[in-house]
Amino acid sequence: MIIKQLSIFLENKSGRLADVLGVLGDAGIAIKALTIADTSEYGILRLIVSDDAKALEALRSEGFSVNFTDVISIATPSEAGSFANILKIMAANSISVEYMYAFSFNQKAAIVMRPENITRTIEVMKSQGIDLITSSELRAM
Amino acid sequence: MIWNPTFECMSREDMHRCQSRRLSDMVERVYHNVPFYRNKMQEVGIHPEDIQSIDDLSKLPFTTKQDLRDNYPYGLFAVPMSEIVRVHASSGTTGKPTVVGYTRKDLGTWSEVVARTLTCAGAHKHDVIHIAYGYGLFTGGLGLHYGSEKIGATVIPVSGGNTQRQLQIMQDFGSSILACTPSYALYLAEALEEFKIKRSDLKLRVGVFGAEPWTENMRREIEAKWSIKAIDIFGLSEVIGPGVSAECSQQDGLHVFEDHFIPEIVDPVTLKPLPEGHTGELVFTTITKEGLPLLRYRTRDLTSLNYQTCGCGRTLVRMKKCTGRSDDMLIIRGVNLFPSQIETVLLNMSETKPHYMIIVDRVNNLDTLEIWVEVEQEFFMDRISEFQNLTRKIQHNIESATGLGVNVKLVEPKTIERSEGKAKRVIDKRKF
Ligand SMILES: [Zn+2]
Repeated sequence: MIIKQLSIFLENKSGRLADVLGVLGDAGIAIKALTIADTSEYGILRLIVSDDAKALEALRSEGFSVNFTDVISIATPSEAGSFANILKIMAANSISVEYMYAFSFNQKAAIVMRPENITRTIEVMKSQGIDLITSSELRAM
Repeated sequence: MIWNPTFECMSREDMHRCQSRRLSDMVERVYHNVPFYRNKMQEVGIHPEDIQSIDDLSKLPFTTKQDLRDNYPYGLFAVPMSEIVRVHASSGTTGKPTVVGYTRKDLGTWSEVVARTLTCAGAHKHDVIHIAYGYGLFTGGLGLHYGSEKIGATVIPVSGGNTQRQLQIMQDFGSSILACTPSYALYLAEALEEFKIKRSDLKLRVGVFGAEPWTENMRREIEAKWSIKAIDIFGLSEVIGPGVSAECSQQDGLHVFEDHFIPEIVDPVTLKPLPEGHTGELVFTTITKEGLPLLRYRTRDLTSLNYQTCGCGRTLVRMKKCTGRSDDMLIIRGVNLFPSQIETVLLNMSETKPHYMIIVDRVNNLDTLEIWVEVEQEFFMDRISEFQNLTRKIQHNIESATGLGVNVKLVEPKTIERSEGKAKRVIDKRKF
């Protein structure tokens, strides 16, 4: 259920994002989801890729400051209000989230989140019948 | 006017005799009272009898800032603590400051040399001396203070900071002489407009500026902006504080008060004395101080000496304005900073390694200090707030170790150049 996200420290200099994507492309790694959190001087690039171990190695050998962060991913059904429903469940169970972002998955929307307590969040989601995307599903995309 | 013509205009022969007598007395004193000096002299096989005149000076061993640190705080004092009436200190590389002690006689000597400094700059008893150097452990404020009182001037002990109040006091109290760092003098000049204070409402006529290196260009700028004479004064706390040397109205080198402090110029690598006019490291031997006498103290400042009689009538040797150093010490807003201080802070933090760069600049005449620190792979974090907390923590630790406000910038790993030998740690964009 836990997905390994790559978190990369980047200075706000032009071309740095392209450098990261270049390294991954050369290593034959596909990007499944991507988001950036930034300040005026630096940012954190967060990536979900087809082969996390290989990506980590490739980026580290190029000198990037990169590490894994545990996140979960939920595919949201396309009915109206489904995402709101998930958020309601989370609120009812006092699950707080550090950050979340969305990407597309098999023509559907999916969200990635880093909850404060990942094990408990997984339990709550399971008990509520909400499907979490697994890393093998992601890889197969 | 010359404060003490007997010494300031003494013939070179008489000065040689005076220095020789005082030097051999001093060597005798430290040999018997300071184990550190006795050991050092024994190591090189020198006995006090071997020092008969100033010509024997080069036989004596050198003293360094490290020696002062190794003997922290009072190890090099040559008198019992009951004789010490004042202590000052300057910031050091490892958090430990350099401590200096004064006997009552030393404080008298200090007032005397600062009185000479101020008179050299053209000050007299009718002046109102505005002291914007910091008061406290730093020797700047109190050093200028007692010398100003000695010449009978009116002293305004404003101390540093609060620009608007400085200008208001200058206007209301009729300050005629300003004592501060040259960069602060420029900053104040530019603040005049901001606070709507008219230059014509100020009585300022002379500035005595020191505690940091400055160029002839900066002098011209200060003199033009303020319409005053800008005089360079020099001192270091280890030797006594301000009052070691000062420019006269000729502004052609700083007269060293050599009846108290003998200057030498040595090659910073071979440590061999250099002839007159050659640029090298400035070395001082104090010959009248009781509390903390220094044998051939290496200042690390680079300059040269000129023994020609000055147009002002003083026969005292003149040293050129110091513009360089033989070590990596930086002077920022008048505060000494060694790169190793930053290194120590980063080594003491579990989140950082000493991969850093110091960037110094001068913006609107004020020194700015920025430290780039590499983000370490092992301590990588996934949230912006964690990086912000780390930045604040580094900033806080550097500020409490150095007393300097600093802007910390996190950079990617390996962006700071690694080198086999001495890494380039400093980019100083200021023009000296
Ligand atoms: Zn002169």
